[in-house]
Amino acid sequence: MTSVLSATNLTVAYGGRSVLRDVSLEMRRGEVVAILGANGSGKSTLIRACLGLVPLATGDVTLFGVARRSFRQWWRLGYVPQRVGATSGVPATVGEVVSSGRLARRGLLRLARAVDHAAVERSLGAVGLADRVADPVATLSGGQQQRTLIARALAGEPEVLILDEPTAGVDAASQEAFADALRQFTAAGGTVLLVAHELGPLEPLVSRAVVLHHGAIVHDGAVPAPAGHHAQPHHDHVHPHAPADPGGIWGAA
Amino acid sequence: MLRALAGALVVGLATPALGIYLVQRRLSLIGDGIGHVALTGVGLGLLLQTSPVLTAVAVAATAAVAMELVRERGRTSGDVALAILFYGGIAGGVALVQVSTQHSNANLLSYLFGSLLTTTQTDLIAIAVLSAAVFAVCLFGRPWLFAVCQDEEYARVSGLPVRALNLTLAVTTAVTVTVAMRAVGLLLVSALMVVPVATAQQFTRGFNTTMYVSMALGFVAAGTGVVISASSDTSPGATIVLVAIGMFITVTLATAVARAARRHLPSSTAPQPEPPEVVLEL
Repeated sequence: MTSVLSATNLTVAYGGRSVLRDVSLEMRRGEVVAILGANGSGKSTLIRACLGLVPLATGDVTLFGVARRSFRQWWRLGYVPQRVGATSGVPATVGEVVSSGRLARRGLLRLARAVDHAAVERSLGAVGLADRVADPVATLSGGQQQRTLIARALAGEPEVLILDEPTAGVDAASQEAFADALRQFTAAGGTVLLVAHELGPLEPLVSRAVVLHHGAIVHDGAVPAPAGHHAQPHHDHVHPHAPADPGGIWGAA
Repeated sequence: MLRALAGALVVGLATPALGIYLVQRRLSLIGDGIGHVALTGVGLGLLLQTSPVLTAVAVAATAAVAMELVRERGRTSGDVALAILFYGGIAGGVALVQVSTQHSNANLLSYLFGSLLTTTQTDLIAIAVLSAAVFAVCLFGRPWLFAVCQDEEYARVSGLPVRALNLTLAVTTAVTVTVAMRAVGLLLVSALMVVPVATAQQFTRGFNTTMYVSMALGFVAAGTGVVISASSDTSPGATIVLVAIGMFITVTLATAVARAARRHLPSSTAPQPEPPEVVLEL
């Protein structure tokens, strides 16, 4: 089994406060790894550090056996950022956002070909948004916007999906659609690294759990059983809502 | 007059094509800042007795690149650095222009608020060539510029040359500012970049359509503005901007009315209520 991602002795500090302390993580092809932990435990920072979005104080990252600084085959990764919305200052359709995920494969200044359009269509189908392709992203629910970002990552036909809190604040229908898309992806041999606060319907898919606590790994292995009131059958997790996003510069979208 | 009209129409078409990326990135006011700095370039050109347009492009592009590098660092102190750059740009420009002309400041006003009616054949060629460059970048580079302005971190993880794209956008902004300087003046450039986009996005659904519609709106505003200014003897630059703002207000009211009318009509296409995202524990 080949190494997909290897992080050794990562330390990340924001303004003198260390967020990750000497964390090492190895991920192999075909694994579905969930990074779990409380808010502020450094989960998101860990994957952002692996992708080079956060500067490292110490440590090394290799992707597919290549040092990250010299890694160029970014189309092999599909990244789904933690995002409350997928909107920006100008309206964009679902199709337009998802198409931008194809650029990693398409190369600079090349026109889109039939294979590119087909990949965009397939990835929209995989998350159950095929009928929303011409709708503005801003009119979608939070969960549908999250699925749009997942479709964007899938459009590049990656070997590895890296997802930052894909299910946070997502409605049940979207969680199911997302679990389906992930099941298809792993069944086809895909590797997944996901950050989650709780696994929900994803739990059966996860092959390994890494638990972070205060910036250090405290568990690496089977998915731990939920504890305390989280374990009660009728426990509903409540996420705070982020502030509403103003549609445009004038507040109208 | 015909030259003035032709110049205005090209500018009206080009400025929203670039402005849409600035609006997308929520940097609507950056064009204003670059306009301020371009004035120093104009002063420098007049002082050295070379083409003020060329020196304005050079100085504005340098400033735009510097601003992009400050923005990339994401420091809060960058905000103050930008403010100093903007005010230094306009103060330096005013001083340099006055040193070089010495007689009157009619010249200064023509750069600050535009002077379409004095457009020469050479000016028109410069406008056409620079606008062609702006169109080429904004239209052919659209998928990549869209990706970077939509989600910069995602673009980085996609392996896109994010810094090169950002710098391209910065330099193109500087070129657009200088092109539009003739038509509406450095102080009103930003209006032509932003107002047609703000108007279009009230009724468009996607990025591409917003781009085309805003270009059309910019074109119409520029043409109408020049015609009105000729008959009413007002400054063409200011008139163009007033027409663009008039269109914005009209569209805002029209969409509000349309939305209200739709709400009162019983309709089978009413949007389904969203499924609840959270269940509150009571």
